[in-house]
Amino acid sequence: MSVDKSTVARIARLARIHVPEDRQEKLSAELSGILDWIEELNEVDTENVEPIASVTGHSLPRREDVVSDGNRVDEVLANVPETASGFFVVPKVVE
Amino acid sequence: MSDLLSLSAVAARAALESGEISAPELTTAYLGAVEETAPLNNYVAVTADRALEMAAASQARIKSGEAGLIEGIPVGVKDLFCTAGVVSTACSRILEGFTPTYESTVTANLWREGGVMLGKLNCDEFAMGSGNETSAFGPAINPWQGGDGVDLVPGGSSGGSAAAVAARAALLATGTDTGGSIRQPAAFCGIVGMKPTYGRCSRWGIVAFASSLDQAGPFSRTVADNALMMQAMAGHDPKDSTSADAPLPDLMAALDKGVKGMKIGVPAEYVMDGMDGEVVALWEQGQAWLRDAGAELVEISLPHTKYALPAYYIIAPAEASSNLARYDGVRYGLRVEADSLDEMYAGTRAAGFGEEVQRRILIGTYVLSAGYYDAYYLKAQKVRRLIKQDFDSAFETVDAILTPATPTAAFPVGRKVDDPVTNYLNDVFTVPANLAGLPGMALPAGLNSDGLPLGLQILGRPFDEASLYSIGRVIEDAAAFSAVPQRRAGGAS
Repeated sequence: MSVDKSTVARIARLARIHVPEDRQEKLSAELSGILDWIEELNEVDTENVEPIASVTGHSLPRREDVVSDGNRVDEVLANVPETASGFFVVPKVVE
Repeated sequence: MSDLLSLSAVAARAALESGEISAPELTTAYLGAVEETAPLNNYVAVTADRALEMAAASQARIKSGEAGLIEGIPVGVKDLFCTAGVVSTACSRILEGFTPTYESTVTANLWREGGVMLGKLNCDEFAMGSGNETSAFGPAINPWQGGDGVDLVPGGSSGGSAAAVAARAALLATGTDTGGSIRQPAAFCGIVGMKPTYGRCSRWGIVAFASSLDQAGPFSRTVADNALMMQAMAGHDPKDSTSADAPLPDLMAALDKGVKGMKIGVPAEYVMDGMDGEVVALWEQGQAWLRDAGAELVEISLPHTKYALPAYYIIAPAEASSNLARYDGVRYGLRVEADSLDEMYAGTRAAGFGEEVQRRILIGTYVLSAGYYDAYYLKAQKVRRLIKQDFDSAFETVDAILTPATPTAAFPVGRKVDDPVTNYLNDVFTVPANLAGLPGMALPAGLNSDGLPLGLQILGRPFDEASLYSIGRVIEDAAAFSAVPQRRAGGAS
């Protein structure tokens, strides 16, 4: 499976990672190499095999639908690069 | 007490209880060792003041008869664990300066049981690597050296943890293991490392890499110390929905049970083409030790072994790409300013993530993207079920499985590898246990002709860590591994 430069650009955009054009060639070769190797899985007959969701077989526990934590604005904002009046600040998204 | 650094944790506990040594004395000796071994770059943060405070508190609890399981024992913490008030970065630029306001459950358990925190240990960035070379803080160095004196990697991703314990710069240390990140560095550094059953240790407060595979576990120099630390760190945690509500047996009691009557499996598929002859010989030696101790060795088949690595390199990056989406320059860590929100995200993530992390996020994004999800991700999850079924059927006839821990001994720092896949092959023996959620222990069993440690791996049934400690103890006694690394604290030559 080969991942060409335009595919690298597309997945980099999906992943929100800026990949400069001069790195796309190298990444395309590396990712293609990894995916070629992964192709080995096609040798395995998985007809009638269910994909596994949990190795332990435990079902997830449920709890009462009540507030169990919260009211920690200062802690939540303690590591934020930019805040204002108790909010996260991001570049303008609506004109 | 002339040599505090050579005491095991079990011996140190006894000496602390008898009053032969004090907790502040032991911690001071270890802080000295941390300083002495600083050139190995094993620590990314040293918390000396906190360590001395904790040691003083430990001493008071020892005096008043309230000592915990690891009271007064100096512990190093992989930088993947969030520690309240202490910078926790997963060794990534993107978490530069991140100081959690909360403590991970595992470290909280260790402090509750009296552990003394020495500092944060180097690791691969977001635990992605097998040599501790992807760390934003630069590589950690293995205290062992071969004949040529070249710097060797300690393995990864928990490289700093394994190297610090081997170098006597921590008596115990935490690690995490997603595909071998405890067991491979333990083998490379000649110490004992345990990846518990998935769900045994809480993942709460640990920086997530691949959530269905990640498990925390202990590093130590002896099997008994490992059982002691495991006993202190494991346990059910309602804050981690995958944490198992299963009773933890008395692991210290398992140490002297022996292996008489146990059936130990030797998987035919773990004999790989071009495997190092010394690794094969050590594996055979391990089988002989267990046979001599009364175990029955049984050849078994795990037919899907060769597909474990490719399945892992779909599942782990897929989960990572999702987990690492949270690093967006908004909530914590690094932020690269830009005019639009999208450019801010993309610029921040390009500047903050290293090459290997970016590669894995991109692979993960690709295999989860529209049109490829079934072909890659679902296929891998099906193969994962087959791998687990291989183990399930093996454990119908055997109690545990013996394999080599790694295909080679530690390799040089900066070894040039053109192809990322070559690095991934380091984890060929360790990855299957993560995919199947099984406990696995690596422990030193001998030296190769270059004087470097080689390890064996024992895999067990889910939640049967106890048998691994029984078997590990037998191998430890038989191997009588007493070699020490050249660049350890107090070992100046």
